[in-house]
Amino acid sequence: MVSVCFYFQVHQPFRLKNYSVFDIGNSHNYFDSAKNKEILNKVAGKCYFPANKLMLDLIRNVPGFKISYSFSGVFLDQCEEYNPDIIRSFQELTDTGNVEIIDETHYHSLAFLYSKKEFDKQVKMHSEKIRKLFGQKPKIFRNTELIYNNELAKYIEDKGYKGIIAEGADHILGWRSPNFVYRPKGCDRIRLLLKNYKLSDDIAFRFSERSWKEWPLTIEKYNSWVNGVNGNGNCINLFMDYETIGEHQWADSGIFDFLRLLPAEILRNPDNNFMTPSELVNNYADFGEIDIHMPISWADTERDLSAWRGNKMQLSALRKIYDMEISILNSRDKKLIEDWRRLQTSDHFYYMCTKWFSDGDVHKYFNPYDSPYDSYIAFMNIVNDFNARLEEKKPRWSEQVMMNLQK
Amino acid sequence: MVKVLMFGWEFPPYASGGLGTACYGLTKSLSKKGANIIFVVPKADPNAHKFLKIIPTDGMKNIRIKTINSPLTPYMTSQEYEHAYKRYEKSKERSVYGKNLMIEVDRLARAAEVIASEEDFDVIHCHDWLTFKAGINAKRVSGKPLVVHVHATEFDRTGGNGRDDRIYNIEKKGMEAADRVITVSNFTKNKVIENYGIDAGKIEVVHNAVEFNDYNIDRPKISNYDRIVLYLGRITLQKGPDYFIQTASKVLNKMDNVKFVVAGSGDMEGRMIEKAAELGIGDKVLFAGFLQGADIDRAYKMADVYVMPSVSEPFGITPLEAMRNGTPVIISKQSGVSEVIKHCLKVDFWDTDQMANKIIGILKYKSLYDELKKNGGDEILKFSWDVPAEKCNSIYKSVIANG
Repeated sequence: MVSVCFYFQVHQPFRLKNYSVFDIGNSHNYFDSAKNKEILNKVAGKCYFPANKLMLDLIRNVPGFKISYSFSGVFLDQCEEYNPDIIRSFQELTDTGNVEIIDETHYHSLAFLYSKKEFDKQVKMHSEKIRKLFGQKPKIFRNTELIYNNELAKYIEDKGYKGIIAEGADHILGWRSPNFVYRPKGCDRIRLLLKNYKLSDDIAFRFSERSWKEWPLTIEKYNSWVNGVNGNGNCINLFMDYETIGEHQWADSGIFDFLRLLPAEILRNPDNNFMTPSELVNNYADFGEIDIHMPISWADTERDLSAWRGNKMQLSALRKIYDMEISILNSRDKKLIEDWRRLQTSDHFYYMCTKWFSDGDVHKYFNPYDSPYDSYIAFMNIVNDFNARLEEKKPRWSEQVMMNLQK
Repeated sequence: MVKVLMFGWEFPPYASGGLGTACYGLTKSLSKKGANIIFVVPKADPNAHKFLKIIPTDGMKNIRIKTINSPLTPYMTSQEYEHAYKRYEKSKERSVYGKNLMIEVDRLARAAEVIASEEDFDVIHCHDWLTFKAGINAKRVSGKPLVVHVHATEFDRTGGNGRDDRIYNIEKKGMEAADRVITVSNFTKNKVIENYGIDAGKIEVVHNAVEFNDYNIDRPKISNYDRIVLYLGRITLQKGPDYFIQTASKVLNKMDNVKFVVAGSGDMEGRMIEKAAELGIGDKVLFAGFLQGADIDRAYKMADVYVMPSVSEPFGITPLEAMRNGTPVIISKQSGVSEVIKHCLKVDFWDTDQMANKIIGILKYKSLYDELKKNGGDEILKFSWDVPAEKCNSIYKSVIANG
């Protein structure tokens, strides 16, 4: 038996303006709402609406077809602000009962690495948002950019989740296969689902790559690889950005037709079926323990944290943001706190990555900056303005304290 | 082994700018790759460099003009030449100079005919318009293929306004007569296509590179308190010095402990000094004059950031020199070098707000300075002159084969 598990990540950050030193003290508006709205609508037209329609048709026409999504909270916030039809379109999908939603941090942040308290709040906010919009209580967790280690698994287990998702990185797996359900080291109840990065990336990255020796990828060829797992694996975890469909791989690459025909082709083998992450966890016994001490992720070839914490600029920007935590929360200023959280979204730090900059386009996707250096300048200028706002708040708390004392 | 007859206008140690630097780096690497080069230049020390045969036309036999001991630099306009010529009029040397720039150019062109008939070579290679007539003549006399190398056009030098038609015509004729036109960037290639109507198929882009001489200089400082922003280049319209001064004033509105050093000389020097004074930043802008040799590297090392605000820069070797010295750079997007370097900041020359923003960023955010210094220092290592020399070599082979 082989169960194919599709999980799509849906995320858009609140991109920042190219905030200059001359804006400090003059403008507290950090986010480029015009550009964010434009990008959201553009991706909605190319991906969200047509891909949702495709998935809905498949669920209706292919018995047993199931999928799962994780929506970042900042994506949902932007939909509510700029284009609520996108949410309605996803609700129509989740109403079928064949769609599972996965939890993550609301702000698509790296909070787990810096502040467990902040992490807890963002996970809770996300859970609330999913319950409110889709009426589901997620049982599976995925951390931002599939950043994962034993410590996170244990932490998430203690929160009551049944499963957690990670990258099936070669340097972790060694000889082992990603096509089983595992148990994270140090955990009893929670199960680990690993991305089959080869079969996932064949679709997500290589589908329209003409220099790839397997191009063009036909459903017959892909299905033969899926069937090849039969007998030596329980599940095939195809985890990818939802924007793969129509945005990373354009419609004229044939990606829609490929996905429209693939599920029925896979089901022609009676030993195959589709499952959601929760179903995998419930249906398959764990195939042993996986020990991941150093954090891994699904980024670049290194599959580590170097895409966000690989240079001094990234480290100093992250440090600045998380050092503010206590004073920000003490201000009790809702706008200030919300801005601070939106500044935590991992994309801001990803834009500062210099690793692949010389080679070109890996980090280019809707990157608003000319260079990682420019993104850092804008971010740090914002941090400066932010600090000034925070300073302004301070006298008021002391006034408050005085008033409280006088009472 | 290719034998090249090359015409230049300046050559180290008698060099005042990028053209001489480029000719030096290129010929040195070409000769290392086995090319045999005869370098003809109005004034040079024939014993200064062992790797090529230098013919200074001021010491040539068998031509009527005994010397072209010229007051010219390749960057002069006609007016500047006349100005320089007037200064020399008073001295007893004046008889050897032509009355204007065009006469000088014609003298080199006549010398070229004689050299071309006497020397043995396979291909002619000319650097910039001052040598184009010489190249055309050498081609006519010898029948050998001609390669012209465009380091700058009249449109760059004049910023598009008030171009000298005589110069434009020489540039155009030279490019038309050439079997192949080399430009130092795509930026310049496009100008050559648009403004001179040259067939794109005849143009090859060969980006410049940088020499890796190490003067072993420690980082000097003006003071422990002040940060330093450097401008290094001719103080002339094309290089955008006025945008640098405007930017300085904007930076100083936000930060106090910054000094702006302007190294170089040129026709706008006086105006720039006045402008700094007008803006009330006369004490913050220091004019260091024209620098040479190790002093140039000293200036780069002293600086916290190097800015090249050029209005129109066909290539721009100076940012590479700054990066070689571990200094972060901010460069104009209107430059050829911005096509090839990544680990720097880029800005439109007219956007002085952004220029100031980026300067302040580098001065205020230590991590940014550190990353630019480190990554720029790594990136610069790939800019060896061997790369452009190899490209020139294959261009020679192709024009010789077609001829």
